[in-house]
Amino acid sequence: MEFMQPATWSEALAMKAAHPEATPIAGGTDVMVGLNLDHGRPESIIDLTRIRELGEWGSDDGWLRIGAGVTYTKLIDELGDRLPGLAMASRTVGSPQIRNRGTVGGNLGTASPAGDAHPPLLAADAQVELASATGTRRVPVREFFTGPKQTTMRKDELIAAFLVEPAAGPQQFSKVGTRNAMVIAVCSFALALDPARRRVGTGIGSAGPTPLRATEAERFLEGVLDEQGSWDRRTRVSEAAVTRFGELVASAARPIDDVRGTAAYRRHALSVLARRCFTWAWAAA
Amino acid sequence: MGVGRRLKVDCTVNGSRHVADGVWEGESLLYVLRERFGLYGSKNACEQGECGSCSVYLDGTLVCACLVLGGQANGRSLVTIEGLDGEKVEQAFVEAGAVQCGFCTPGLVVAAHDLLQRVPRPTDAQIREALAGNICRCTGYAKIIAAVHMAAGSA
Amino acid sequence: MRVGESVQRSDGPAKVRGDFAYSSDLHAEGMLWGATVRSPHPYARILSIDASGARTMPGVRAVLTHEDVPGQKLYGLEIQDQPVLAFDFVRYWGEAIAVVAADHPEQARRAAEKVRVEYQVLSPVTEPEQALSANAPQLHPGGNVTREVKIRHGDQSARADVVVRGEYEIGMQDQAPLGPESGLAIPDGEGGVDLSIATQWLHVDQEQLAGILGLPKEMVRLTLAGIGGAFGAREDLSMQAHACLLALKTGRPVKISYSRTESFVGHVHRHPGRLAYEHGANRDGRLVYVRARIILDGGAYASSSTAVIANATCFSVGPYVCPNATIDGIVVYTNNPPCGAMRGFGSVQNCYAHEAQMDRLAAALDMDPVELRIRNAMETGSEMITGQVIDGPVPVAELLRRVKAFPSPLGAEGQGDGGGMHDLTAMPGGVSNTTHGEGVKRGVGYAVGFKNIGYSEGFDDYSTARVRLYVVDGRPRVEVHSAAAEVGQGIVTVQAQIAGTELGVSDVVVLNADTGVGSAGSSSASRQTYITGGAVKAASEAVCKRALELAESELHPASELRIENDTVVGADGKQIVSLATLLGDAVIEETREFRPRRTHRLNPETGQSNAHMQFAFAAHRAVVDVDTELGLLKVVELATAQDVGRAINPIAVQGQLEGGAAQGLGLAVMEEIQVKDGVIRNPSFTDYLLPTILDMPPVRMDILELGDPNSPYGLKGVGEPPTISSGPAIVAAIRAATGREITRVPVRPHDLTP
Repeated sequence: MEFMQPATWSEALAMKAAHPEATPIAGGTDVMVGLNLDHGRPESIIDLTRIRELGEWGSDDGWLRIGAGVTYTKLIDELGDRLPGLAMASRTVGSPQIRNRGTVGGNLGTASPAGDAHPPLLAADAQVELASATGTRRVPVREFFTGPKQTTMRKDELIAAFLVEPAAGPQQFSKVGTRNAMVIAVCSFALALDPARRRVGTGIGSAGPTPLRATEAERFLEGVLDEQGSWDRRTRVSEAAVTRFGELVASAARPIDDVRGTAAYRRHALSVLARRCFTWAWAAA
Repeated sequence: MGVGRRLKVDCTVNGSRHVADGVWEGESLLYVLRERFGLYGSKNACEQGECGSCSVYLDGTLVCACLVLGGQANGRSLVTIEGLDGEKVEQAFVEAGAVQCGFCTPGLVVAAHDLLQRVPRPTDAQIREALAGNICRCTGYAKIIAAVHMAAGSA
Repeated sequence: MRVGESVQRSDGPAKVRGDFAYSSDLHAEGMLWGATVRSPHPYARILSIDASGARTMPGVRAVLTHEDVPGQKLYGLEIQDQPVLAFDFVRYWGEAIAVVAADHPEQARRAAEKVRVEYQVLSPVTEPEQALSANAPQLHPGGNVTREVKIRHGDQSARADVVVRGEYEIGMQDQAPLGPESGLAIPDGEGGVDLSIATQWLHVDQEQLAGILGLPKEMVRLTLAGIGGAFGAREDLSMQAHACLLALKTGRPVKISYSRTESFVGHVHRHPGRLAYEHGANRDGRLVYVRARIILDGGAYASSSTAVIANATCFSVGPYVCPNATIDGIVVYTNNPPCGAMRGFGSVQNCYAHEAQMDRLAAALDMDPVELRIRNAMETGSEMITGQVIDGPVPVAELLRRVKAFPSPLGAEGQGDGGGMHDLTAMPGGVSNTTHGEGVKRGVGYAVGFKNIGYSEGFDDYSTARVRLYVVDGRPRVEVHSAAAEVGQGIVTVQAQIAGTELGVSDVVVLNADTGVGSAGSSSASRQTYITGGAVKAASEAVCKRALELAESELHPASELRIENDTVVGADGKQIVSLATLLGDAVIEETREFRPRRTHRLNPETGQSNAHMQFAFAAHRAVVDVDTELGLLKVVELATAQDVGRAINPIAVQGQLEGGAAQGLGLAVMEEIQVKDGVIRNPSFTDYLLPTILDMPPVRMDILELGDPNSPYGLKGVGEPPTISSGPAIVAAIRAATGREITRVPVRPHDLTP
């Protein structure tokens, strides 16, 4: 095993180009578990914690550009008001110790279907900035995940940042786990409402091979809100419509039975989470 | 097999320079602290960040030492239970009866110390959320909460 | 530091500073690391083992298989059926086959990977019923039944007005002590070995190790290392023999420390069980009969299964008077992970069943469930279904009345313990933000349980204590030495309190436990304070007597003397001579063995016998908020009442009641080793969920000190009862909140939703 510790981003990209099989490490909350429990031995490891800009965030043409090394704690503290959905999800990540180290960049890189940051990023239509020695590209999160722990990233690429617009309306996140803290999602759901653009965004976690959107549910709810002129007047949305939204979210999931829960329960729970998240979001809209 | 004659870990622990040579690249900071530096106060209960027993400060931030790769600690400053300025919390844990087997205790003392730095007079709910990453198998937590309040009162 | 005072534990300061050396913290110059080769199959024939590739790996100093075990190749607490290192067959997933010692743990792990084992994979027996079927493979020479216990009490064909039936299933719980199995073996250069180890019983380890290593016991010396919790997980051998074998082979110190994943296969678990019950009662609610069949899955090896099934059967009805009982308890071998001791030891599984049955009966009779329990409650002089008459206080009704009388917890439904509407931490689901009160219903449930303290069925239960009184720096000091394992429960402090009380000396030192003194028995069965406490009391009394005899002979013949505050005083309380002056250079030392009253084997046909020595009782009330739409839970409060006889160290007693209840909560709502086709699917703390500080509610408690006339100071064992009835009370509360039957624990969200 080789341990590489680039001091700069360009050095890191060069190392990744030279060692495409290398495993990047930042907060270590995924990589170290694999090492400690002997789930495998990477050929080499690139430590990204020396690269200052990865831990920084700023504005980029109306978007927030957040370095891949920004921790959950920093995200909650510094961006909670602008990214409430992501902050709510971040608050459910592990413990203070984990949130102090873990990063959204790492969450994206691991690409677990259960990653807590994924649903709010999907709901907010965020982008992932990928970089290699040969250039940089931005991929919508909605196209980023291709399978369980698989993404569109090339082997010579590293995640530089993700980009997300500041919340344009209410956002919610809700996660089911079988204990009241420190738990991996049995399933999770994120919702982002954008009244100005009349858009509904959704994200489903831990109920499919990848994090998922509930596209049909989004369109349905947009239709209901448009039809009733609800976006402008904030009128009450019928219970039937909210229930239908929940059902459509549930039907967008592709869950399995596993050690954390059953497929049937996940679908059921998602319908409840979707209803509740919408109800809370709409009350705040 | 090249098990570790490659890496040097050079960092500050509890205010003094610590250097380990020949560290295998896969060693966690927890292993380095314990087996290289002889600082066994940080405990190895789960080694996956789920129990908090290895909580230490890394450049002033509360982390699980098991989730830091040894090499990542190069040049960093660490405070472990052995070097913690935590007498009030420690005394409160003993007085409140918050210690049984004690394996979780060093991690809890560091985490409680971190909480009290940020929130000098925490509520029950704040204590619970802050210590949610520290598993205790013996006490049922009641006396741990009491100990944190006790330490806050004497802060 | 006297009996009955809340005393800070003596190891507390070292533990809070990180200075206390646990078994995984040990280090020796030139030390090697051990790693274990484990079976990837739950059941297979071993065709060959080839360690040659591993032996030539860098840093490797030894690779050992069963062929390298010089003595007995099988071990076990009750039945010697478990290979030190597997030969011929592997019978569970994760069974140890070979061990490696290398300079660095990573070298040891990589070498372990290179040990080639050729298997003929066999179809595993994974269901207890399957193990009992005629055509099942016989996993051990004596067949698949480890033990069957029958109770035939009273009229076997009794009939009743009201009959309720139920079948219940209990999942496999792990003790999950935070300290991993670990220890350090150091060869003495003369063929013997010294082992520093975290164990619940030094002497039984020593005896087994001597047999395995083919050495006389004097050449296998054990010292207790710091123990990071036990709860039954350290009764059996784990890495002890492996470390000793490697140390003797290499001539170097060898440390083995399991990872958490390895720990899940490195110790036994609480038996999963299926329990089918029929209760018959009169219209007034009095029990007429109970018929039950209890099947426990013992897994691949016996461990303490034979004693666990006896408990599960003897206490199957709960602390109720039941004139007629027909109970069949059976524990079987399968290819699942081996099961054995865990806090509560057989009385946990059956409490879920008998308490669910009592609630069903109450519903059928339209009676208040607590009233029904009180109507049937055992009292002093009541007869168990084993025919044993219980003497001493039996405050079952009183405990139930007390938990019922506690005020309701603060805060309304969905608001937890008064945290307020917007405090997510008080909600089912916690900060995961699953409800702001929607779907939340509150339920209240009750349960009561009992179990035996100490060993049963004629097992020779005793402990040994050596007490020395001498003068150091002009002051008297008492030194206590026993082999009692301090697993966190506080036995070191208790020993000091007892010696200090009996000898009237303030400076009491408790030496570290080792095999240099006689056996203390195990730290299990809630017995140490009683048995080792009794031994320390007896030895202290003997030392005291000699000191006073000395005083009498030298100074004050025939006066009634005693020791107080390091001084010999007369009957009138007048100070006569300081102990320091009296003793001078003299050392008074006495060793005593203490035995409680004898117990007897269960009659194999009827189960009738005075099989148990002491009984402890506890009751719980649980208040639980359930998100009925999502099946998520918040245990809002637990309340308990328990008779501890006499609280030797009250603050430690409270800690036992709180911590024991937390382990009960764990089994009720989240803790389960999930085994599929003989393979553990969740051997990590990511997926084996332990209660966090956000899951465990405050515990209200009433600690009764009713005094047992037979025990030292009137004390009763304390550690296990809190783990017995807490979980069943929680499940009863969930039933009350949801209206669902719930016949399986742990309760999972999908058990509570459509």
